[in-house]
Amino acid sequence: MKANLKSNLSWLLLMVVGFVLINFLVVIGVIDSFTENMLVTIGINIILAVGLNLVIGFSGQFSLGHAGFMAIGAYATGIMTLGGFDSFGGWIVSVLVGMAIAAVVAIIVGIPCFRLSGDYLAIATMGAAEIVRIVLNNMKITNGPAGLFNIPQYTTWPLVYVLTCLTTIVTVNFIHSRGGRAVMSVRDNEIAAEAMGINTTRWKLAAFVLGAVTAAIAGSLSASYIQTIAPSNYGIMQSVSILIIVVLGGMGSMTGTFVAAVVLGILDTVLQSFGVLRMVIYAIVLILMMVFKPSGLMGTNELSFARIFNYKKADKGEAKA
Amino acid sequence: MSTFLQQLINGLSLGSIYALLALGYTMVYGIIKLLNFAHGDVYMLGAFFGYYTIKCLHFGFFGALISSMVFCALAGVLVEIIAYKPLLNSPRITMLITAIGVSYFLENGMTYLFTANTRNFPQVIKRVSYDLGPVQVSNVQLLIFITTIILLILLQVIVQKTKMGRAMRAMAVDPDAAALMGINVSGTIAFTFAIGSALAGAAGVLIGMYYNSIDPMMGLTPGIKAFVAAVLGGIGSIPGAAIGGIVIGFLETMFQSIGLSAYKDAAVYAVLIIILLVLPSGLFGKRTIEKV
Repeated sequence: MKANLKSNLSWLLLMVVGFVLINFLVVIGVIDSFTENMLVTIGINIILAVGLNLVIGFSGQFSLGHAGFMAIGAYATGIMTLGGFDSFGGWIVSVLVGMAIAAVVAIIVGIPCFRLSGDYLAIATMGAAEIVRIVLNNMKITNGPAGLFNIPQYTTWPLVYVLTCLTTIVTVNFIHSRGGRAVMSVRDNEIAAEAMGINTTRWKLAAFVLGAVTAAIAGSLSASYIQTIAPSNYGIMQSVSILIIVVLGGMGSMTGTFVAAVVLGILDTVLQSFGVLRMVIYAIVLILMMVFKPSGLMGTNELSFARIFNYKKADKGEAKA
Repeated sequence: MSTFLQQLINGLSLGSIYALLALGYTMVYGIIKLLNFAHGDVYMLGAFFGYYTIKCLHFGFFGALISSMVFCALAGVLVEIIAYKPLLNSPRITMLITAIGVSYFLENGMTYLFTANTRNFPQVIKRVSYDLGPVQVSNVQLLIFITTIILLILLQVIVQKTKMGRAMRAMAVDPDAAALMGINVSGTIAFTFAIGSALAGAAGVLIGMYYNSIDPMMGLTPGIKAFVAAVLGGIGSIPGAAIGGIVIGFLETMFQSIGLSAYKDAAVYAVLIIILLVLPSGLFGKRTIEKV
């Protein structure tokens, strides 16, 4: 605890400063509703991508079904806030319900699917997410393919900001815990990890469930921000666009995910007038990235205060010697 | 009973199309262990190429079929050279992401060039239905069976009897040893892509004739279903892919006929998950042992 106190405090300071800065810019009117929309989208994408990065980058399990869990959160919020839970408290309850359902679904999907690996796992998780989408498409309570509209709006940028910080802190703490080390050892060499007595399925599942739960939170946030949801929003394309953020930032780098989500969020807004061409550009960037720099922007490196402090300390030590 | 038989016929024609697509997956996977996500989009390209040759160049059905197969073979090789070749020695996940990128590119590129609208495929062959006792068969369905069977026989001849086919089989067993024996690795891979993509192109034109509508996103779902078919048959096995495709076609039409057509896609994905768990090497695949 004490060893990391300085860097932890620095991160906390950065979060508070970020919040105050955005708040200030909103108050003086530099951030209009258009820019605010961009910030909220970036925040939601960060939550999604951090969860997916935990699954893909840290536990090494290639999941293509993230949008399915997002859909669960979105529909939990949509159905509950439209059906009697129309208050901020109700919104919170709906988020918790979405998280719980997502966790249960993740366990049901994960236990059989984690006997697979690589591209088989990718296809199986994608299939599972499609099954979720098809079920949503055919249920009465979800209003079928038309989806839900006029969902009450409770999502505001401070809420997104706080939840982005919270989910990231939980995820990063998980990575730095015993579980995180277990998960990363599974990624690096599953057989060796198993030989060391790590229950690989359990830890893979733990990472997957945590990813699913954060995706559900993001889904709830976006449903109650955009106010309209339909099953077609949560197809394979949505999973791929989250994947693009993770891959560009670097699989295995949380700060990379942040950078990529922010860069892509800004690009999205700038290139809005390009329409479909924007997607073509992303596809080309994705292919070029894989061909020339498959590790992404940051690889598995992190921007870290701890490293900066340690570096300084080492510098001083050398100077003394 | 007659509706059941009718569904069997419909399932067989849909299944033939999945079989043609599944062959491309299984051959590419057999050789370079790549799940070619973009394969379904090559099929979409084939359908579009057929559409334009018939509409603008006034080709007949066979002209459209063959020109579209040639076009798709070229497109498949081009994709392989640009996107996959530089990555042959990188981790499989990298290749998978690239394949997803190619698929995303083809879908959105076609949407950009030709808009997302659904088009009516020109019917160059007048649809005639034949009454065969309890069931009806249309000439388009017959055309689909016959074309599929001819292509399957051709493929079997190429793989089993030609020098290139032997090279493909050798690479599927052990790429390194095959390279040491003097097999032209990149040539063989390109050839595999060409064959697989040509079959996808044929499937695209056939589905255009059968369903009468095409759009830039049409490749996504059939592509995944064909992959399921390939897994069901045992990935790497050519007869397996054909049989898997037909089984998936039957399954889908059966779900439709018992009134669960909304869940027919879900059934296919469920089959995939069950197959992967119960019989990971598929019906005809070879069992592999994990080595440490």
